[in-house]
Amino acid sequence: MSVPIDQLHAIAKELRKDILRMTTEAGSGHPSSSMSAVEVVTALYFGGFLNFDAKNPKDPNRDRFILSKGHAAPVLYAALAHKGLFPHEELMTLRKLGSRLEGHPNMLRLGGIEASTGSLGQGLSMGVGYALAARLAKNGSQTYVMTGDGELGQGQIWEAAASAGKYGLDNLTCIVDRNGFQQTGSSFDVLNMDPIDGKFASFGWSTQVINGNDQQEVLDALNRARSNKGRPNCIVSLTKKGYGMLNLMAKLKDENFHGKPMPAKYLDEAIAEVEAGVA
Amino acid sequence: MAGASSSVKSSRPLGKATRDAFGRALESLGESYGSLVVVDADVGNSTRTEWFGLKYPDRFFNVGIAESNQVGVAAGLAAAGHISLVSSFAAFIICNAYDQLRMSVAYPKLNVKVVGSHAGISIGEDGASQMGIEDVGLACSLPGFVVVVPADEASARAATAAMMAHQGPVYLRVGRPDVPKVYSDETIKFELGKANTLQEGTDLTIIANGLMVGPALDAAEALATEGISVRVLDMHTVKPIDRDALKAAAEETGAIVVAEEHLAHGGLGSVVAMNVAEIKPVPIRYVNLGDQFGESGSPEALIEAYGLTAANVASAARAVLAAKKA
Ligand SMILES: Cc1ncc(C[n+]2csc(CCOP(=O)(O)OP(=O)(O)O)c2C)c(N)n1
Ligand SMILES: [Mg+2]
Repeated sequence: MSVPIDQLHAIAKELRKDILRMTTEAGSGHPSSSMSAVEVVTALYFGGFLNFDAKNPKDPNRDRFILSKGHAAPVLYAALAHKGLFPHEELMTLRKLGSRLEGHPNMLRLGGIEASTGSLGQGLSMGVGYALAARLAKNGSQTYVMTGDGELGQGQIWEAAASAGKYGLDNLTCIVDRNGFQQTGSSFDVLNMDPIDGKFASFGWSTQVINGNDQQEVLDALNRARSNKGRPNCIVSLTKKGYGMLNLMAKLKDENFHGKPMPAKYLDEAIAEVEAGVA
Repeated sequence: MAGASSSVKSSRPLGKATRDAFGRALESLGESYGSLVVVDADVGNSTRTEWFGLKYPDRFFNVGIAESNQVGVAAGLAAAGHISLVSSFAAFIICNAYDQLRMSVAYPKLNVKVVGSHAGISIGEDGASQMGIEDVGLACSLPGFVVVVPADEASARAATAAMMAHQGPVYLRVGRPDVPKVYSDETIKFELGKANTLQEGTDLTIIANGLMVGPALDAAEALATEGISVRVLDMHTVKPIDRDALKAAAEETGAIVVAEEHLAHGGLGSVVAMNVAEIKPVPIRYVNLGDQFGESGSPEALIEAYGLTAANVASAARAVLAAKKA
């Protein structure tokens, strides 16, 4: 908790550079989907929220983070590498045959992966299961789930929301990465789920809407969620898809940049934009 | 992955991906089938139904990432008199919406065309979660469904047209990478439920579909140099299976190899075995994905690692010949 914010900003930059480098090296993947989520992942793993020890990733009392939008795996792998779960250079094996770092997270292959995801819509239900198990074990374990905003189109999300509301799972926090885009276009056009907070609230959740690319706002929201009692927590995290390389995306005339790596010839420019930071 | 392309190498000239051929065919069929509507679930730029959507925006609906709803909506449109088509990755349209396919489409026999793209391990780097490798078996388990797995671009085009002409539910499986050509548009014959004999032979029959038709032909060529005469069938329709072709293969060649990009359970191999066991039991060997998930890797590396190669088809052929002689 006492981690200085400058340190978190520095980590966030490292994660963004890792995301860009590993997906460009792989020649495929979802850097823009990963980059919108960086501040939330940084806060969870490095801001004192997730009780997760890379030396003991299977500790039954650990807190859990489920990346339900599994195509953003690079942000998770980058965080786990910085946590020391595996050597940093292993990031460059992403998506190659034999690598533990598969295109979508595979919990059988890598400790620290709490759910095998990639078929959208399934992570929140598993989170409900973890939260119920923690209640039975009385171990105080917290579960965090991140979904995409397009992912909210899946009916199973709302089945999970209803069941978490029923059981008043205050040890469960769902963070919706509201980056405004999904595969075929704007999430506001394809299937607008606004008001997202209102929908969760109607299922008995405690909700917050924040700027999810503002590190301090993310920390504050997670703090409030942690002290909240009796209801599950939803944080609608308003973000920008590809945050950190927005200028380059604008130049390349693609504000979604879904499912494509930065071409190698633009990699240095992308890294430089990340280094410079967002004004 | 939205736009990027990849390809599967072979000695044959490379053609388009079957999803691309399907997408173009669908776009052009929009004119003759005025009641055709397409329901997408946020993947039209991957499955290529967006080409139809750009031309006929009023007949194209994108319901978001919600495959169960997608199929239900398509069923409603079909019940109201439309021909409706749904498409997503094979893994999602079949697995995520299976109960809706069963209850809202198959049971009332509605005229819904279901197209699963990105089938098999040949999608590559995205890995197991996006790879439909059980779709054919599951589709075959939907009563009344016709199930089609075209091998290349010309057959995907022909299959799309045949699917539209057929009254009733159809599952069409297409793939992501560019694949070698097996047919030309001039020579292709395509009839639902009727296998194409690509090569005559007397010692054994290789039955393949989809991505494995090319390797089957390559294997037959290699075996010919060993003096082995191989019949090669493109069994593009898995259901209803061509029982006449199976009967002829069993009686005239006495040994069968089945090659497909699918799990062992429920796919072409299962259907061939079930029928051959009844018609005339002969030794059979299989080349398929066995009982395991795929993983990330390049399409080429995965095809090699999972043994979907001409060399493996040829070894299976030698093994089945030994069994036939024993
Ligand atoms: C069940 C399912 N359907 C379709 C897909 C294909 N797909 C992968 S990412 C994606 C868009 C996701 O959008 P969103 O949830 O907003 O995540 P973002 O990439 O914007 O972070 C789609 C449709 C999938 N992975 N799972
Ligand atoms: Mg999004």
